[in-house]
Amino acid sequence: MTPQSLSLVTLWAATSLYAIAMVAWAIRLSRIADERVQAREAVVAEPATVAAGMTIPAPASGMGAGPVVLTEDDLPRRSAADRALGTARTAMIIGLLLHAVGLVTRGIDSGHVPWSNMYEYTITGSFVAVAVFAIVQARRDVSYLGAGVTGFATIALGIALTTLYSVSTGLQPALQSFWLVIHVSIAIISTGIFIVAFIATVLQLWQHARDEGQREVTGGGITRLRHRVHNAVAGWAEGAKWMAAVPKAMKLEALAFRLNAVGFVLWTFTVMAGAVWAEHAWGRYWGWDPKEVWSFVIWVLYAAYLHARTTQGWRGPRSAWVSVWAFVALIMNFTVVNLFFQGLHTYAGS
Amino acid sequence: MARMKLDNYAVADAPRLGVRGWLRWIWRQVTSMRVALILLLLLALASIPGSILPQYPQDRAAALAFVESNGWWGRLLDATGFLDVFGSAWFTAIYVLLFASLIGCILPRIAVYWRQLRAEVPAVPRRLDRFELQDEAPASEGARDAFDRATAHLRRRGPFGWRVRVEERDARDGRELALSATHESLREAGNLLFHVALVGILIAVGAGSLLTYRAQAIVVEGESFTNAVVDYDTYEAGALFDESWLEPFTLSLDSFDVSFTVTGRAEDFTANVTLTEPGSEPLSTRIQVNRPLQVDGGKIYLQGNGYAPVVTVVDSDGEVAFSGAVPFLPQDAAYTSTGVVKVPDVTSGEQLGFVATLLPTAVDNGTTLVSAHPDLNNPVMLLRGYSGDLGLDSGIPQNVYVLDESQLSPLRDPDDAVWSVALTPGETVDLPDGLGSFTWEQTPRFAAFDLRTDPSLPYLLVAAILALVGLSFSLFAPRRRLWLVAPLADDAHAARSTVVRAAMLAPEHDAGAADEMRRVLDVATGRVRSIEEDE
Ligand code: HEM
Repeated sequence: MTPQSLSLVTLWAATSLYAIAMVAWAIRLSRIADERVQAREAVVAEPATVAAGMTIPAPASGMGAGPVVLTEDDLPRRSAADRALGTARTAMIIGLLLHAVGLVTRGIDSGHVPWSNMYEYTITGSFVAVAVFAIVQARRDVSYLGAGVTGFATIALGIALTTLYSVSTGLQPALQSFWLVIHVSIAIISTGIFIVAFIATVLQLWQHARDEGQREVTGGGITRLRHRVHNAVAGWAEGAKWMAAVPKAMKLEALAFRLNAVGFVLWTFTVMAGAVWAEHAWGRYWGWDPKEVWSFVIWVLYAAYLHARTTQGWRGPRSAWVSVWAFVALIMNFTVVNLFFQGLHTYAGS
Repeated sequence: MARMKLDNYAVADAPRLGVRGWLRWIWRQVTSMRVALILLLLLALASIPGSILPQYPQDRAAALAFVESNGWWGRLLDATGFLDVFGSAWFTAIYVLLFASLIGCILPRIAVYWRQLRAEVPAVPRRLDRFELQDEAPASEGARDAFDRATAHLRRRGPFGWRVRVEERDARDGRELALSATHESLREAGNLLFHVALVGILIAVGAGSLLTYRAQAIVVEGESFTNAVVDYDTYEAGALFDESWLEPFTLSLDSFDVSFTVTGRAEDFTANVTLTEPGSEPLSTRIQVNRPLQVDGGKIYLQGNGYAPVVTVVDSDGEVAFSGAVPFLPQDAAYTSTGVVKVPDVTSGEQLGFVATLLPTAVDNGTTLVSAHPDLNNPVMLLRGYSGDLGLDSGIPQNVYVLDESQLSPLRDPDDAVWSVALTPGETVDLPDGLGSFTWEQTPRFAAFDLRTDPSLPYLLVAAILALVGLSFSLFAPRRRLWLVAPLADDAHAARSTVVRAAMLAPEHDAGAADEMRRVLDVATGRVRSIEEDE
C-alpha cells in the first residue's frame, strides 16, 4: 500500500469511528440523564411501588446509581451509560490512532508537514480537536462534550475527504520555511482548542436558555425576534432530556473560559509568529492582507470576550455570545477568506 | 419648553457638573471597562471591510477600478475611507480612543497595584462559612504550631507566591489565630505588563512607519544596481526617513536559478548575487524567498522574477535605435509574460512602440497559442508594433509596463490588417513600410528585489514577547485568597483538640483551588509534612 492510499484508508476509517463514537457519546449522555431523572424520582418514590413494577431503584451508594432491572439471573447489569461510555471511548481512541496514522502517512507522501493547504489543515485541525477533548476527558469527566466534538470531527473529515481533497504536492518556495511548522501548527492547535471551547459555550448558552425558561414576547422588530428565538431554543432545551446530564451553565462557562484562555494565548503566538514569518518572506510584518485582517479580527474578538467576562453586565450569556462571534470569525477565516478573497495567502486554498 | 440640561440629565437632582466635572465624567467613561469592550468590538467590526473591499495601499489598481465601475456608490465608499480602511479617520479614531482608554486605565491600576504590593494583606473576614470552598481539620499540636507550618509552607515560593499575615484576635469564646494569605499579585502584574506592552507595540509600529523605507529594484541577470533612490523602480519612505541614510552598496545579479516541476509548479528560486559594500570586499551570496540578505541598514528580499528578453530595434535609417533587456511581467503560473518596448530615439520619423507577449512553452490549444510551462521549452514572442508619439515628453511619469496608445497608431500590413508576428529567439523581423527591424537576441531572467529597513523591529519584537509573557501570567497565574482560623487554647489538653478551619476564594474556573486549600490544611495540621521538610 502506498502512503497515499494508506492515508486515505485510515482517515476514512477514523471518520467512521468518530461517527460511531458520536452516537455512543450521545447515548451515554441520554442514559446518564435517564439515570439522574430516575434517581431523583426514586428518592421520592414510595418503596411500595417496587412490588408493583419490575424495576427497583438501586441504593444510592450501590453498584452504580442506575436502576436495576430484574433479570433471570438476577445480577445487577452494568449500567447502560457505562457501556455506551466504553464504546465511545474505544471508538474514539482507535479513531484517533488511525487519524494519526493518516496524518503521518500524508506527511510522508507529500514530503512535508501535513498542514499546507485546506485539506491538510482540516484533517490536522480535526485531529487536534479530538485530541484536546481526549486529554481533557482523561483528567475529568467531560463526556457531555463528546458527541459535539466527535460529531464535528466526523463532519470536518468527511468534507475534507470528499470535497477538499487534493493530491499532495511539494511546497511553493514561499512556504518552504521552518515558520510553516511553527506558525501553522500553533494556529491549528489553537483552532482545535477553540472548537472544544465553542462546543462547551453552545451547551452553556442552552443551559442559560433552559434556566431562564420562556420569555414574554414584547418589544418590536429585532427584540421581538430575539425573544422568539430564545423561546424556541429554551423550549427545545427543556424538551431535550439529555440536557439533564449536562453540568450547570456556570461550570460550562468556567470550562469554556479555561480552554478559550489557552486558545487565546496560542492564537496570540500564532499572529506574532505569522508576523515574523511575513517579515522574512515578504519583507513586511503586517500588510492587512485579508488573512491578516481576519486573524486580527479573531484576536480582537477573543480579547473582547475575555474583557466581557469581567465587565459589569456582560457576564454569563452576553460574554459567551462574544466568544461565539469570535469562533464564527475563526471559521470564516478558514473557509470564506481562503476560498474567495485575494491575497498573498491565497495559496492556502489550493 | 424648558431647556434640556445636557449634563447630568441622568440624575435630575445632581449638582451641575461644570466644565471640569464634565471632562472628568467623559474621562471616566472613556476609561471604563464597558467602553473598552465596546471599542474592542468596534475595532473588530471596522476591520472587516478592509478584507472585503479593494484597498489602496494593497492594490491601488483594483481600488481605482472599483471606484470606476461602481458609480456614485464607489465614489461614496472612496470618500468615506472604505477603500483605505486602516488609514481612515474612523478606524484611527477607534484605536486612538482605545489606547487612550488603555493608558487611562492602566496608569491608575499601576498605582493601585504598587500600593497594594506594599500594603498589608487584608484581614481575615469575620465569618468563613459564607465561602464556597471550605474545609477543616484537627491540629494535634495546637494552633500556633499549625500556623507556623502553614506560613512556612505558603512562603516557600518567595515573593511571587503567597503573601501571608497572621494575627491574633478576639473570637466569640476567647482568642483565636487568623491567617490571611493572598496569591494574586502575579496575575495582576502579568495583566499590567500585557497592557503596557500593547502600548509598546503601538509605539514601535508608529515609530517604524516614520523611520522605514521600502524600495523595489528590478535587476536583469548580469546587471547590477546601486542602493540609491534614482536606481529604484519604486521607492516609499516614512516621513522621518532621510535618503542620505541609504548606504551606497552595489548588488549585481550574477545568475538566477529556478526549478519547476514537470507540471510547472515552482520548487525553488535562488538569486546568486554579489554584494559590494563601500570599503569591503565583494561578497558572493544567495537570496532566496524565505532567506533575505542582511545588509548594513536593512534587508534585501527576493520578491519576484520573470524573463527579460534582450531586443534590438533598428530604425528606418539603419541605426540601432534601441538595444537592451526588457523585463516582462509574468501574468500566470506558466509565465505568460507581457512587456512593452518603447523606442523614442529614432533617427528620423515617428517614435516606435511595441507590445509583446512571451510564451515560454508555446502550445497551440486549438484557437490560440498559450504557454504550458514556465520554462523556456518552446519560447515564442507575439509582437505588435505602433508608431506615433509615445507621450514621454509630457512630463508626467509613465508606467514603463504600459504603452500610452492615445497618440499612437498600430503598424499595418500591406493589406491593411494590424501587423502582428510570432518570433523565436535569435530571429529578426522587418517592420512594415520599411520602418526598420526588430530582433529578439536572448532571454535572460530578471529578479525583483525589495529593500527595506525598519529600525523599530527589535523593539517591536521585545514588546510582543513581553505582551505574550504578560498575557500568560494574566490568564494562568492564580487569583486566590486563603484564610485559616483556629481557636487559641489555654492549656495543652485543649490544644490537642484544636480544629483549624480553612476557606478559600478563587474564580469559578480555578479547578486547582480546592486542592491547594486542602494541601495547606494538611501541612498545617500535620497530616502531611511540607515538601521542604521532606527534602
Ligand atoms: C488594546 C486594547 C486592549 C486589549 C487587546 C486588551 C486585552 C485584554 C485581554 C486579552 C485580557 C485578558 C487577560 C485577563 O483576563 O486577565 C484583558 C484583561 C483586562 N483588561 Fe484589557 N485590553 C485592552 C484594553 C483595555 C482597556 C482600555 C482597559 C481599561 C478600561 C482594560 C482593562 C482590563 C482589565 C481590568 C483586565 C483584567 C480583567 C480581569 O480581571 O481578568 N483593557 N485585556
